[in-house]
Amino acid sequence: MSSSTDASTPALELTRIAKAFGAVIALTNGTLALHPGSIHALVGENGAGKSTLVKIIAGLYQRDSGDFTLGGETVDFKSTAESKNAGIAVIYQEPTLFPDLSVTENIFMGRQPTLSLGRIDRKAMHTQALELFERLGVRIDPDRPTLGLSIADQQLIEIAKAISLDAKVLVMDEPTAALSGVEVERLFAVARSLRDEGRALLFISHRFDEVFDLCDTVTVMRDGAYISTSPIADTTVEKIVREMVGRDVATLFPKEEAAIGDEVLVVEGLTEAGVFHDISFSVRSGEIVALAGLVGAGRSEIARAIFGVDGYSSGSVKVNGRVVPKRNPAKAMQLGIALVPEDRRKQGLVLESSVSGNATLAIRKQLTASGFLTKNAENAAARIWASRLEVKTFALDTEAGTLSGGNQQKVVLAKWLATNPSVLIIDEPTRGIDVGTKAEVHRLLSQLAGEGLAILMISSELPEVLGMADRVLVVREGRITADQPRATATAETVMLAATQSLEAAK
Amino acid sequence: MTALFTAPQPGLGQRVTHSLGGVAKARETGILLALIIIVAAATIKNPSFLFSADGFRDLLLTPSILLLVAVGQAIIIITRNVDLSVGSTLGLTAYLTGRLFIDVPGIPIVAVFAIGIVFGGLLGLVNGALVAFAKVPSLVITLGTLYAYRGINVLWTGSDRINSSDFPKAFLGLGTQQILYIPVLTLIALVVLIAAGYYLRNLRGGRELYAIGSDPQAANLYGLKVTQRVLVAFIVCGALAGLAGVLYAARYGTVNSQAGSGFELQAVGAAVIGGVAIFGGSGTVWGAAIGAYLLFTINRALPILGVQDFWQRAVVGVLIIGAIVLDRVLALRSTRKLVEARDAGNV
Amino acid sequence: MSESTTTAPAAVGRTYKDYAKPWYQRLLVNRESAVIAALIIVIIYAWTQVPYFAQPITFTYLLLDIMPILLIALPMTLVIITGEIDLSVASTVGLSSVILGTLSQAGVPLVAAAVIALIVGALGGALNGFLITVVGLPSLAVTIGTLALYRGLAVGLLGTTAVTEFDEFWKDLVKSKLFDTPIPTVTVLFVVLAAVFVFLLHFTPFGRGIFAIGLSPETARFSGVRVERSKFILFVLTGTISALAGIFYTLRFSSARGDNATGLELAVIAAVLLGGVSIFGGRGAIHGVIAGVLLIGTLSSALRLASVTSDVINIITGALLIASVVSTSVLAVVRSKRTKPGGKKSDPLAAAKG
Repeated sequence: MSSSTDASTPALELTRIAKAFGAVIALTNGTLALHPGSIHALVGENGAGKSTLVKIIAGLYQRDSGDFTLGGETVDFKSTAESKNAGIAVIYQEPTLFPDLSVTENIFMGRQPTLSLGRIDRKAMHTQALELFERLGVRIDPDRPTLGLSIADQQLIEIAKAISLDAKVLVMDEPTAALSGVEVERLFAVARSLRDEGRALLFISHRFDEVFDLCDTVTVMRDGAYISTSPIADTTVEKIVREMVGRDVATLFPKEEAAIGDEVLVVEGLTEAGVFHDISFSVRSGEIVALAGLVGAGRSEIARAIFGVDGYSSGSVKVNGRVVPKRNPAKAMQLGIALVPEDRRKQGLVLESSVSGNATLAIRKQLTASGFLTKNAENAAARIWASRLEVKTFALDTEAGTLSGGNQQKVVLAKWLATNPSVLIIDEPTRGIDVGTKAEVHRLLSQLAGEGLAILMISSELPEVLGMADRVLVVREGRITADQPRATATAETVMLAATQSLEAAK
Repeated sequence: MTALFTAPQPGLGQRVTHSLGGVAKARETGILLALIIIVAAATIKNPSFLFSADGFRDLLLTPSILLLVAVGQAIIIITRNVDLSVGSTLGLTAYLTGRLFIDVPGIPIVAVFAIGIVFGGLLGLVNGALVAFAKVPSLVITLGTLYAYRGINVLWTGSDRINSSDFPKAFLGLGTQQILYIPVLTLIALVVLIAAGYYLRNLRGGRELYAIGSDPQAANLYGLKVTQRVLVAFIVCGALAGLAGVLYAARYGTVNSQAGSGFELQAVGAAVIGGVAIFGGSGTVWGAAIGAYLLFTINRALPILGVQDFWQRAVVGVLIIGAIVLDRVLALRSTRKLVEARDAGNV
Repeated sequence: MSESTTTAPAAVGRTYKDYAKPWYQRLLVNRESAVIAALIIVIIYAWTQVPYFAQPITFTYLLLDIMPILLIALPMTLVIITGEIDLSVASTVGLSSVILGTLSQAGVPLVAAAVIALIVGALGGALNGFLITVVGLPSLAVTIGTLALYRGLAVGLLGTTAVTEFDEFWKDLVKSKLFDTPIPTVTVLFVVLAAVFVFLLHFTPFGRGIFAIGLSPETARFSGVRVERSKFILFVLTGTISALAGIFYTLRFSSARGDNATGLELAVIAAVLLGGVSIFGGRGAIHGVIAGVLLIGTLSSALRLASVTSDVINIITGALLIASVVSTSVLAVVRSKRTKPGGKKSDPLAAAKG
C-alpha cells in the first residue's frame, strides 16, 4: 500500500474545526486524528456535531476555522468531487446509487475505462468489477441493475467504489442501522480487511456493542466540541456515555408497574407470504409488549400490516373486540390504533409543514366545527399536546424539519396521542435521539401504560427492550419464536431466539 | 482475503439481468415489429402505400423531421426533464430559414443549415440555463418558452407567409432528392440518430446523462457535473429542433407562424412509445426514432385500413397510454423478480 | 377516538407563540400577495393609460374570455398541489363541446345534452384517475396520452364540421349580464364554485390531506389520508369542470368544434403557477390563482386595446411564468443557503442525522 510509512502521521486530521450556520453554532471544537490501519469510532449524542464534521470531511461544507490535513498536508475541499479525488470515501446510512444502471456502471460512473476515441471499454470494466468483488469476498452480479438490491449489498457496492478510487480514508456513517446480523458481520469483515490494507476508517454509530467489537479507538463529542479520545481497551460503555452526556445517567429506562387490564389488541394468524407467517399475540391495557429481533425480521412489516398501510393475505386483527379491516389506516385509527412509524422524517412527519399542522394531521376530522377546520382550532389542539410533551420550539408554525430529532419524535408522538388511541404501536421509539430525550420518551411511555394504554413497541436496542417491556416477543424471519415475560427475559434468551436459525445454517 | 468468492454462476439473478437487458431490447423490437405489421397490413390493402415511388419516399421522408425532434426529446427525458418548447423552436427556425433566403440572397445552403442549428441551440441554451442554474423544473420553464418563442414567431411573421418561391430550387430539392432510394433528409436524420445513439451508449458523457436521470441526488453526491451535462443536453435538443426546422422548410416549402405546433407532444409521445421512461434513467434514442416512425405511419395507414383519419389522434392517445401501462407492468414484474433473486441468495 | 382530546392534564409551563412572524409579514410577504400586487399595478396602469380600458364593456369581455381558464384553474390548483398534473383538460373541453353539439343537433334538449357532456367529462377524469391511482402511472405521461385520446375522440366525432345551432335562450343566458352591471351572469356560477374550492382546500380535512399528499405522500398515508381516493376525486373534478367550461365555451361562441380550446391547458397551468402554486406540490392558495388568471386576462385585454398584437401576450405570459418560477427558486436557494449552507432541498445526508 502506498500510504505513509510513518505511523504517527495521521491519514486525516481535524484540529479545532469551527462551523456555524447563521446563528446556529454546529461546531466549536471539532478534533479528530485518524491513523492508517485503524478503525476509529466517533460517538456523541444528536447535535454533538458528528454529522457536521463528516460533511466537512466529505467536502459538502467548508469549515469556518481550524486545520484540516490529509496525510500531513492541509486541504480545503470545495466540493464532494474534490474530497473524493483526494482519497476520501463516505458511506452513508442510505446509499445513493443509480437504480436503472448496472452495478458496474455505478462503480465506475464518470471514470469508466476507455478505448480509443473515448469509447467505454465494457469488458475491462466488467473484469475490474469482478476483481473488486473478489477482494471484498462478496458475490454480486456486476451486470444487474442496482434496483432491488438490499441495503447491505448497496453499501458493499459503495465500498467497492471507494476501493476502486483507492480511498485512503473511509467514513461509515451509521452503516449498520438497516442491516441484519449476518450482514453486519460481513460488513465488519470487509472493514477489518480494509484496515489491514493500511486504510483509515471512521465508524460512527450509536451501537456501543458494535463499537467495542469493531473499533480500536473512540472519540467522544458533545455539544459541538471534542471531549476525549481513548483506545477502546482503556474505556467502558459507562465512561463513554458519561462523557457524551456530561452527567451520570442512572437508569435510562424506568418502566413503572401498571395495572394490566383486558386484552385490547388481538392479532391472530397474521400471514403475508414471504414477509411474516402466522403471527398471533395480544396486548393488554397497561401492558408494554416489545417486538424484538434483528433488523429485517419483519417486525415493522407486521406493524404496518396491523395498522393497514400494508396488506396481508390471511389472519385477523381485533381492537377492543372489533375487527380491524385490512388496508384501511383511516378505519384502524377510528378503532383506536395509532402507529408511530420507523422513519420519522418520511413517514412520521410532513417536514415542510408546521408543528401545529403535523400535530393535528391525524385528528383533522375531529377538529372541524360546523364543517370548518380553522388554523385557530389546529393551534389550540397542538398547543395542548406540544406543551404536554414539552416540545422545544419557538412558535407553532415553525417548520417541523428544522427541529432536532428528539423534538421531531415528540411531535409525532403528540400527533398520535391526540387521537386518544387504545393501542399505540411505536416503531423504534428512540432511534437517532439524544440520551436526554430518550429518557423522556421512556418515561412518557411508562406513564401512558399506567393510564391504561396498550403499547406495542418495536425496538432493536436490547437494553430498551429489557427495560421497558412487560413481555418480549421475539421475531425471527417473520415468525414469533419466543414470548418471554419480563421476569425471565435476558439479553441472551432474546438474542438466542432472534438468531437461532442463522446459527443452524452456519 | 479468503477466497469466498467464486464467479457467479448464470443463476437466476443473471438470467433476470439478461432478460432485463432483453426487455429493453424487446421494447425496440416490439415497436419495430408493430411498425412492420402496420406497413404490411396497409400495403396488402393498398399496394401503392409502400410500393409507389411517392409512397415509399413519403414514409421514409416526412417522419424524419419528427425523428430529429424525438431524438432530442429522448435525450432530455433520459435526464428526467422535458422540453415542451421544441415545437416553437422548430417553427421559429423554419421561419428564420425562409427569411435568410429572402433577406440574404445567394446565401449558401450550408450556411443556412449552420445558422439554423446554432439558432436552435441558443434557444435551447435559454431553457438549459434556467433549468440547470436556477434549478427550476423543466416542465415549467419550457412551458414558458413554448409560449414566448411561439409569440415571437407570430410577431415576427406578422401576416406573412413564406412560400416555395422564396426558397432556392436547390434547397427545396433537398426535400425531395434521394440517394439510393433513400431521401436525403432521412439520411441526415439517420446520421444524427446514429451519432446520438453511439454517444449515449459508448461515451462517458452519455452514460452520465442516464445517471443524472436515474437519481439526480446521487449524481450530485457523486460529483458528476450535472449542471454542465443538463445544459448541454438542452442545447443539443434545441439544436436538433433547429435542424428539424430547416428540414421542415426544405420539405414543405411553405412556412407560416404555426409551423411545428404540436410537435413537442408528438415527440414526447414518440419517446414514451419507444420505451424512454418518463422518469428518466432508461430508454434509447433508437426507440424514440422507431416511435416517431410508428406514429407517423399509423397516421398514414389508418385511412387505408378503413379508419377515418379523424380518429388517428385517438389512436395515438391509446398507443401512448398502452406504452406506459406496459412499462409499468413490466417494471413491476422485473422488480419482483429481482427481489426474489436477491432473497434466493443468488445476486 | 371516542373522547375529546382534552384528556391531557393542563400544560406545564411551556407556552408557544402561534406564529413566528408578525401578522403583517405573514399577510404581505408571500407569493399570493406578490401576484395580487402585480394585478393591482397592471389594472391601475391599464385604467389610466390604455384607451377604452376603463369601459364596462372591456370588463365584461375580459371575464367572458377568461371564464374557461378561471373555471378549470380551480380544480387544477388542487391537482398540482398534490404533485400531479392534468394536461388533458383542454381536450376534455373540446370533447364536451362536441358532445353538446352532436346531441343538440340530434334533437336532445340542451339541458340533457349538457348533463351528458358533464358525465363524459367526469368519466374522462375517472379514466385519468384510474390510470394514475390504481395502475400507478405518472400523471404527466398519462395525461399526455389522454390529451391525444380525448382530442382525437372529439375530432373524430365531428370531423371538420362544426355545430352552430343552439337554443337561443341558453346562448343569451351565457352572454348576459347581471342586471345593469357589466358583470356577466356566469360569474355567479364561478363565484359559487370558487367559494366551494376555497372551502374545500383551506377549511376542510380533505384540503389538509391534499397539502400533506403534496409535501409528503408517505406520511399522509401513514396518517390515515386516503391518498389514492383523494387524487382520484381531484381528477374526476378536473374532468367535470373542464366539461362545464366546454359547455360555456360552446354556448358563448355558438360553435361546437373538435378543435375548440386547443392549447387551453397551457394557459390554465401557466395561470395556476403564476398564482403562486408550486410545481413541486404542497403549497398554493385559490386567491393567488384567481389573481393569476385575472392578471393574464387583464394584460391580454389591455394589450389588445393598446393595439399590440395578441402574440405579444404569449411572449409576456411565457416570460412572466418563467420569472415567477425562477424567483421562487432563487428565493428558496437563498433561504436554504442562509440556514444551512451546502444543504439541499431533500438532503439524503440529513437522514443520517434524523
